[in-house]
Amino acid sequence: MKKIWNKLWNNKNTRTNLITYLVVIVAYAIMQTLYSMGILSSAMKGYMVPVCAYISLAVSLNLLVGICGELSLGHAGFMGIGAFTGIVVAALLETSIPNEILRLTVAMFAGGTMAGVFGFFIGIPALRLRGDYLAIVTLAFGEILKNIFGNLYIGLDAEGFHMAASAGKVQLLEGGKMILDGPVGATGINRLSTFPMGFVLILFTLFVVLNLINSKEGRAIKAVRDNRIAAESVGINVTAFRMKAFVVSAFLAGMAGVLFGLNMSSVAASKFNFNTSINILVFVVLGGMGNILGSIISATVLYILPEAMRGLDDLRMILYAVVLIIVMLCTWSPSVKNVMQRISAAIRDKVSRNKKEAGTNE
Amino acid sequence: MNEYSRKMLKVPTYNLLREQDMGKLPVLDVRNLGIDFGGLTAVDGFNMTIGPTEISGLIGPNGAGKTTIFNLLTSVYQPTRGSILLNGIDTKGMNTAKVNKLGIARTFQNIRLFNDMTALDNVKVGMHNEIRCSFLSSLLRLPSYYKSEKKANEKAMELLDFMGLADIADQKAGSLPYGVQRRLEICRALASNPAIILLDEPAAGMNPSETAELMHQIRRIRDTFHIAIFLIEHDMNLVMNVCEGIVVVNYGKIIAKGTPEEIKNDPAVIEAYLGRKNEVDA
Amino acid sequence: MQILQYLINGISIGAVYAIIALGYTMVYGIAKMLNFAHGDVIMVGAYISFCVTNYLGLPAIVSILAAMIVCTVLGIIIEALAYKPLRGTSSLAVLITAIGVSYFLQNAAQLIWGSAPKNFTSIVTFKPFSLAGGELVITGEVIITIVISVLIMVGLTLFTGKTRMGKAMRAVSEDRDAAQLMGINVNQTISMTFAIGSALAAVAGVLLCSTVPTLMPTTGSMPGIRAFTAAVIGGIGSIPGAMLGGILLGVIETFSKKYISTEFSDAIVFAVLILILLVKPAGLLGKQVQEKV
Repeated sequence: MKKIWNKLWNNKNTRTNLITYLVVIVAYAIMQTLYSMGILSSAMKGYMVPVCAYISLAVSLNLLVGICGELSLGHAGFMGIGAFTGIVVAALLETSIPNEILRLTVAMFAGGTMAGVFGFFIGIPALRLRGDYLAIVTLAFGEILKNIFGNLYIGLDAEGFHMAASAGKVQLLEGGKMILDGPVGATGINRLSTFPMGFVLILFTLFVVLNLINSKEGRAIKAVRDNRIAAESVGINVTAFRMKAFVVSAFLAGMAGVLFGLNMSSVAASKFNFNTSINILVFVVLGGMGNILGSIISATVLYILPEAMRGLDDLRMILYAVVLIIVMLCTWSPSVKNVMQRISAAIRDKVSRNKKEAGTNE
Repeated sequence: MNEYSRKMLKVPTYNLLREQDMGKLPVLDVRNLGIDFGGLTAVDGFNMTIGPTEISGLIGPNGAGKTTIFNLLTSVYQPTRGSILLNGIDTKGMNTAKVNKLGIARTFQNIRLFNDMTALDNVKVGMHNEIRCSFLSSLLRLPSYYKSEKKANEKAMELLDFMGLADIADQKAGSLPYGVQRRLEICRALASNPAIILLDEPAAGMNPSETAELMHQIRRIRDTFHIAIFLIEHDMNLVMNVCEGIVVVNYGKIIAKGTPEEIKNDPAVIEAYLGRKNEVDA
Repeated sequence: MQILQYLINGISIGAVYAIIALGYTMVYGIAKMLNFAHGDVIMVGAYISFCVTNYLGLPAIVSILAAMIVCTVLGIIIEALAYKPLRGTSSLAVLITAIGVSYFLQNAAQLIWGSAPKNFTSIVTFKPFSLAGGELVITGEVIITIVISVLIMVGLTLFTGKTRMGKAMRAVSEDRDAAQLMGINVNQTISMTFAIGSALAAVAGVLLCSTVPTLMPTTGSMPGIRAFTAAVIGGIGSIPGAMLGGILLGVIETFSKKYISTEFSDAIVFAVLILILLVKPAGLLGKQVQEKV
């Protein structure tokens, strides 16, 4: 019995989680040091907050795609709900909450909650479907949301809050300000997001996702993914658990959206389109499905890679596409994997032979 | 059909309870159950009762509708006709998860484990509704989370130990040998604390010594947990040795019911399995 | 009369969607993959046709043929290089690879032809018909589009119903393993499906740009997603479903633009998709497959 207990204490999950937190904290410490030493280029500084947002988005999507096994092609929609809710809330609270960090926090929770609520209502019809059909419905919802944001006009003036779904309906008094202006999106945003807040958001996302994965809920979610019928047979209400994962994922994506939105001076609805959803999905798949640390690393690398290649101009997106295809083939294709294994075996063989020879020479 | 089994079909259902369950309510009382797929009648007029600590068997040729009956009992399919009373509660319209909460657990003919999870986690998933810990307390890692997880681990290890699987607790379920997977599935089903457990061909793919061990374990499950067991099996040695009551189906209908002795000598059963005598001759 | 006018225009744009949707649906039916690069093959087809007519000065029919040939070859190459190595692995991996291919095609097009939109000259030269005293105007593009799509649909129905290759395609989409055991060359059949789908995409590209003459590297994306939606509405994997879904989508889109709201036409189209899937989870003509327990 003692042996069993020891085994449990040296739990692999706990270890992986600790490593994940540690990597994030160390990376933050390094970046913050470099930042304060003034070594970072201005471009690099500009990437720091979006990277944090995309890491949170990738981790939250991984909960859905990797852990829960549900393909979603509309994650950017939740990001958009969060971003616009956050922008509006932050603008409304500008006078009542002067503290910027507190205002950002409130905006984040507001954005997350709004995205979570939308996630719930979208989940009711969407989660009746499975597999590719669910993917298509999430795509459709993403497009619908984008379409709605693109036609939303919200303004604020001395009389208060005005909202309409078509241009010209929002008439503001003198001194009033348009917060959301239809297809133009939000402009003149008070940029509240900071790198430390991004770091806190990542920690929060990790805390929620990792704790969820390693609980009875997480086990149930994984069970539903592995074998839906068997999960039902031991009393797991499959729909309820898919919904929980969906809502939590939407909530976190909404928060990340707020961080993203409040980092820009202006943001248009078209930013939260299908391509952005796909990019987040690429981070998740390349990082390894269900692998949280993998999502963090791939989101960072894949966000910075095309940005860093700006010098290559027209070629950079082609290179990105080629890299993407090659990485996918190398990591997934059985035949390519086979060849790679043979090559690495040959190299190892040679190295060990060299070592042996070196050994005999001594 | 011999005289005795014909008589049994007519008598009120509670009389079918075995000696040890006399005077108790049956855990499962199935009345006139039937299902049609399109125009095809897969199961029809299925009646049976199972006592709270009875081991019974369901046999019949391939395609007779045995697994369909299991799927009906666990609400994977909704019946076209008839009713299923589980501890006196009609399960009509309930989903599989609800039926499990009320007390039916099962294993599957084509093993359905959570292959990417460890054996221990498979059992812990089985204990899902037994673990008392709210969503919020597991999210915030409150003390009640650690307490419930510790309890779950202990109980899951006990169950694994009971089925002789303690040493593979940390292995991925998908990597285990076939016979071990079958036993792990039983273990997972037991973890959901059922009143009756349905085993769909538990000995399929097992070698003779594993089957002998399984027979012993099936009896031990009943004697330890005091639950009913209902199993589908093609291994007649197992069925005849373990089951106290046997139901034989063919073409979706019951053709015989009785003790193993009675079933062995029932001409209808022999006909179903071997064909009619003159057909064999011809 | 107005309604009739919009109906005809809707059917015309729907016919283009239907042709694109056929490519999605055939590939999905046979390779069980969502080929997100299909929309970009349309764009390549349109550019080829544009180049052949504008730079080489050849007639429209030659430009269509050239586009079809280039796209067919392109489809086969994409399948062989990017999709075939991943056959039998996670469908998500194939999806991401398809997205990689889509990025590649868009950016390659941008490199070759630049990001500035080109003004596509319509392949149709004859004048619009005026009926009912000018109240009903049917453009040459509308007629050509509808005629070509009807021809394609009839041709494809005959092909899958009567020819050996067509029957093999149906068999592979029904049950790949069983088809293989019956001696059908599955790889060859899948390549053939990509070839046909891509050739259709080329035609769709030319027709699309004849109606909406702005041609740029992202021209294929939105019609691609629309057509994909159409394929799902009709029941993905079903050839008549793709035709039905395409035309339905085109009509709904035109009508909602005219009668409900131009701004929200996207939202309406996708909302219709969701509603249809809720009532018929496998699409209008799709078959619901239940998992065996």
